[in-house]
Amino acid sequence: MRRLFPALLAVAAALAAAFLLLPLVALFARVSPGTLVVRAGQGAFRDALVVSLKTSLIAHAIVLGVGTPAAYLLATRRFRGRSLLVGVLELPLVLPPAVAGISLLAAFGANGLLGGTLDALGLRIPFTQAAVVLAVVFVASPFYLRAAIAAFEAVDPRLLEASRTLGAGPGRTFARVALPLAAGGLAAGSSLAWARGLGEFGATLMFAGSLRGVTQTLPLAIYAELNVDYPVALAIGALLVLVSVAVLLVIRLVPSWTRFASIWPTASAASSSR
Amino acid sequence: MDALRVDLAHRLRGFELEVSLEVGPETLALAGPSGAGKTTLLRAIAGLLRPDRGLVEAGGAVWLDTSRGVDLPPERRSVGLVFQDYALFPHLTVEQNVAFGGRHRVPELLSGLALERLARARPGELSGGERQRVALARALARDPHVLLLDEPLSALDASTRTRVREELGPLLRAQTLPTLLVTHDYLDAAALADRVGVVVEGRIVQVGTPAELAAAPASPFVAEFTGGNVLHGTARPGPRGLTSVTLADGSEIVSTDEGRGSVGVVVYPWEVTLAREAPEDSSQNHVRGPIASVAPVGNRLRVRVGPLVAEVTAASADRLALRLGEPIVASFKATGTRLLPLGHVPGPPPVQVPGRGS
Repeated sequence: MRRLFPALLAVAAALAAAFLLLPLVALFARVSPGTLVVRAGQGAFRDALVVSLKTSLIAHAIVLGVGTPAAYLLATRRFRGRSLLVGVLELPLVLPPAVAGISLLAAFGANGLLGGTLDALGLRIPFTQAAVVLAVVFVASPFYLRAAIAAFEAVDPRLLEASRTLGAGPGRTFARVALPLAAGGLAAGSSLAWARGLGEFGATLMFAGSLRGVTQTLPLAIYAELNVDYPVALAIGALLVLVSVAVLLVIRLVPSWTRFASIWPTASAASSSR
Repeated sequence: MDALRVDLAHRLRGFELEVSLEVGPETLALAGPSGAGKTTLLRAIAGLLRPDRGLVEAGGAVWLDTSRGVDLPPERRSVGLVFQDYALFPHLTVEQNVAFGGRHRVPELLSGLALERLARARPGELSGGERQRVALARALARDPHVLLLDEPLSALDASTRTRVREELGPLLRAQTLPTLLVTHDYLDAAALADRVGVVVEGRIVQVGTPAELAAAPASPFVAEFTGGNVLHGTARPGPRGLTSVTLADGSEIVSTDEGRGSVGVVVYPWEVTLAREAPEDSSQNHVRGPIASVAPVGNRLRVRVGPLVAEVTAASADRLALRLGEPIVASFKATGTRLLPLGHVPGPPPVQVPGRGS
């Protein structure tokens, strides 16, 4: 009786691990590394790879370029409505992808909120590569913003004040103190957001469609090839698993690498010297 | 070097910070209990906090004048601020930290503050005293017109504190720029500064050299804060032009100072002598009691007897063979006492601190 409970825990853990690993094992049982490389250079796989890399990198540049200063502002300033704003920024994290897609259509579609304005400017966004980029930014940026706000909040505000009293204006203080000290957290959030954007499916399908060579990203290509060329769908899946593992490794290794390089030793040293 | 002139008021929780002072090429320490508004004052001078109203002038420039809407950001005020916990940049080496404010003085400061050997170390690898020297070098690298130090010794543990205090004093005296230091520890203030201002609840109640403060404390608080004994009693004119004070326990003390009614009798520890028997000399006041505590302070001992603390040399302590609990007589002269009114009398009005020699 006394041994029953530990045994139950072990069985539950084994079940969970088996269930989560089995599909991945099955995927790689059907795709050898050699065929993966060959297939990635051909047909729909290659087209989707190009579309995915291009759109996800453009989207990521936007997320970093706008998200980093925005997160710095939200982490270092206290103002009315700040927590409400942070909450709104996190909404896409829990929003169903289909809702994200229909919302983007409602905003940027021909009959959408900004449709008339965009039309007057000669811009048509839905079902173009720009739509893929917008969908990716919409679903991926909250992952980066959240991590970046936390990373900037962890920077001791007195270090920013010290920088100011040493003659550095707000811009130089950001570049020379806040950014290097938050780098570990920013890198982790950046990898997570890029991985999320690369895997984006639902919102892209509704807002950008699945036009091969234009808006068909890797996840959309898996779905499109499912009934056309099943081995290609499997190969794309295997590639995305490898990317995901790489991202997990980066997220795990970046903070320990920075600690190893003794870039942030003060906290531990200060506590041990007291 | 032009003086630092500060005149500002800022509402804090429970009281108003109201300070008016001028610091020439000297070190002025503001000492007072924690929460008296000292750090707020430094932050307002450095531009990290905007006071309700005020004026700050330094190096011949106006940094803050709320009546004219002048409020320079911190980076445009020529100020060196040493933070309480030093706030060194953990991702930069010692040399990079010092160079952050300006490069041209880096070699001179590293050698002057004995940091050359540590130039490539990161703050996390330094001891408390070394960190403090880096913080000082970094603050001076900008060639500021004013140097501000916030509790420069409180981040250090007791064992290094005395040594660092002895190092910091000469370093501060070697600077020729107006230096304002705040601390909750009167001993730190007296050791590091030329003049000390005592701050209570946002106001400077008295300012002077440590000797001046001890010679004429303006209030029982100042007397106690500067290390004096304050005995409470009731005063009336006594024989031979002296004042008699009856203490709470019924014993009598005489003083050459004048006083009447509820008073505080101030006796500094170095005015108190210890003996086995009451001496037959001009020490006219005696307090008998067991030795309650003995604590070394530098090369002297602080001995508590009843309500009094006496400070004696280690040699005379040896001669008396002091032991805890043994009865002893603490004596002090009528001329060594000062009477200050107590009770409902309001404290002295806040003082303005003029520049020395101005």
